[in-house]
Amino acid sequence: MIRASGVTVHLGDVRVLDGVGVDVADGEWLSIVGPNGAGKTTLLRWLAGLVPGDGDLHIGGRPSASLRRRERARLVALVPQAPVIPEGMTVADYVLLGRTPHIRPLGVEGPHDLAAVHDALSHLELVDMADRLVGTLSGGERQRVLIARALAQGSPVVLLDEPTTALDVGHQQQVLELVDTLREVHGLSVISTMHDLTLAGQYADRLVLLDGGRVVVEGAADGVLTEDNLARYYGAKVRIIHDGGQPVILPFRERRKVVEP
Amino acid sequence: MATVAATPALRTARLRAGWLLGGVVAALAAALAGLVVGPVAISPLDVLRELAGLDTGLAATQANIIHEIRLPRVVLGLLVGATLAASGASYQGVFRNPLADPYLLGAAAGAGLGVTLVIVATAGGGPTPVAAPVAAFAGALVAVALTYVLGAAGSGRASTSSLILAGVAVASFLTAVQTYVQQRNLDTVRQVYSWILGRLTTAGWHEVRLLLPYALVTFVVLLSQRRTLDVLAVGDDEATTLGLDARRSRLLVVVAASLGTAAAVSVSGLIAFVGIIVPHTVRLLAGSSHRVVLPLSMLFGGAFLVLADLLARTIASPAEIPIGVITSFFGAPFFVLVLRTARRGVTT
Repeated sequence: MIRASGVTVHLGDVRVLDGVGVDVADGEWLSIVGPNGAGKTTLLRWLAGLVPGDGDLHIGGRPSASLRRRERARLVALVPQAPVIPEGMTVADYVLLGRTPHIRPLGVEGPHDLAAVHDALSHLELVDMADRLVGTLSGGERQRVLIARALAQGSPVVLLDEPTTALDVGHQQQVLELVDTLREVHGLSVISTMHDLTLAGQYADRLVLLDGGRVVVEGAADGVLTEDNLARYYGAKVRIIHDGGQPVILPFRERRKVVEP
Repeated sequence: MATVAATPALRTARLRAGWLLGGVVAALAAALAGLVVGPVAISPLDVLRELAGLDTGLAATQANIIHEIRLPRVVLGLLVGATLAASGASYQGVFRNPLADPYLLGAAAGAGLGVTLVIVATAGGGPTPVAAPVAAFAGALVAVALTYVLGAAGSGRASTSSLILAGVAVASFLTAVQTYVQQRNLDTVRQVYSWILGRLTTAGWHEVRLLLPYALVTFVVLLSQRRTLDVLAVGDDEATTLGLDARRSRLLVVVAASLGTAAAVSVSGLIAFVGIIVPHTVRLLAGSSHRVVLPLSMLFGGAFLVLADLLARTIASPAEIPIGVITSFFGAPFFVLVLRTARRGVTT
């Protein structure tokens, strides 16, 4: 569904991405993991067309250079990590923004667009909140509204930038379950950046581990999330526990020995 | 109403008929007040009959006062108020800053310099020169371009706060140049000064004809971008992923708003606060979508300016107070009042 290769991005003088490639099939969930500064968010932003750089990108079999801005938006939706929430905008109006690439530039939304908004709201159980202001919602509710906007956009590829940051563990699971359900029901291809490795392993079909702007390890959670890899690329002391085949990452601490004088 | 039948539960931002009617009534009521009140008493009924072309028994001088003095002044007030309020609302939307108005970005100051140069060059007096709106537009665009270049100088891209800082600097600089030009030409200093403070005093059909084409272009462009402005509210990056050419939309709106501001400034002088009070009041009362804010700002902005002009010419009659003084004097406290009321409304 979306295939990128040789992605190289410079921000200022720094080479943030260096020949990265990703390939995500229809209905597949790929999670991009890696330590801070590895280039995860930059890769997502490049895929969304927000940062310039070199590389080859095909979306839905079409080269991205041949896509007009609106066509591209109908294929790829982005759920940003730190969205700008306009003051005084209701949930319904915010989700309606997702219909922008479907509405003629000078036109207004039609019944079809309103139906899509209504659909997105009901999928995310937001119908009762449609008239509330987005700015007054809790973190978990707001994340659902963002996903509803992406869903209303109707794009087969959804990019999620750190979808669970600032959520408690219950809401993290709730949001990821919702994304997974939508992926199944609508056949969406999902690419997410994730800090929480255990959750990344539980929900994604495949992981890509970035370090220093390069893909260093790629594959199923079992092969990527190893004690060796996490020590090497994260500098982390962890134990991996296997829970029904799923790796669970457990940070541990070696107690400093108290030296008697 | 019929179009939402497919999804009856969903309410999206749109201009409700009640608010539209309220705006039209406000504008018409203000216009009627502007036609009725003055040194020569004419009853509202006679005014309406005269406008409708019915036989009124009014003296020829009275009919003349309506047609040649009060009516053009009221029409000009409606146009200037609508233009300034709509431009203010658009600047606030485009720059995502509630303090943005025609005075930010130096648009008004640039327009002011342009008009001052024209007044000085034509030795002042008489009706507004036809060159004034053109010079004002040139001045406004130069100012906006300067602000944009300066605002982008640091980072390569103009962020909202750097734009506003640059706007303050550009406005101060252009105002200084304008003051210098004004003081170097003492023979026209009175005309320039009375023009700066804002005036609809000498308004006639000439000024209306001068402003009308510019105002119409501004209205059409800004109204056509009302939904785009709502999309821009989520910032350039998100707007881009929603398929919008954020930069181009922003530029189009800024040019249109600057054109309207410049044309309004060139016929009426610098009238402060309309571009801030009116859109904010509309936003707090009727909703913040530009689909609501833009059309209602035009209607209520026009009404507001006509009423302000009414006060300006009656409060110290037979002398006239500059209308800019009135809008600032009433604008600031009124704004605080509205803000407090709305805050209370939100917290309860």
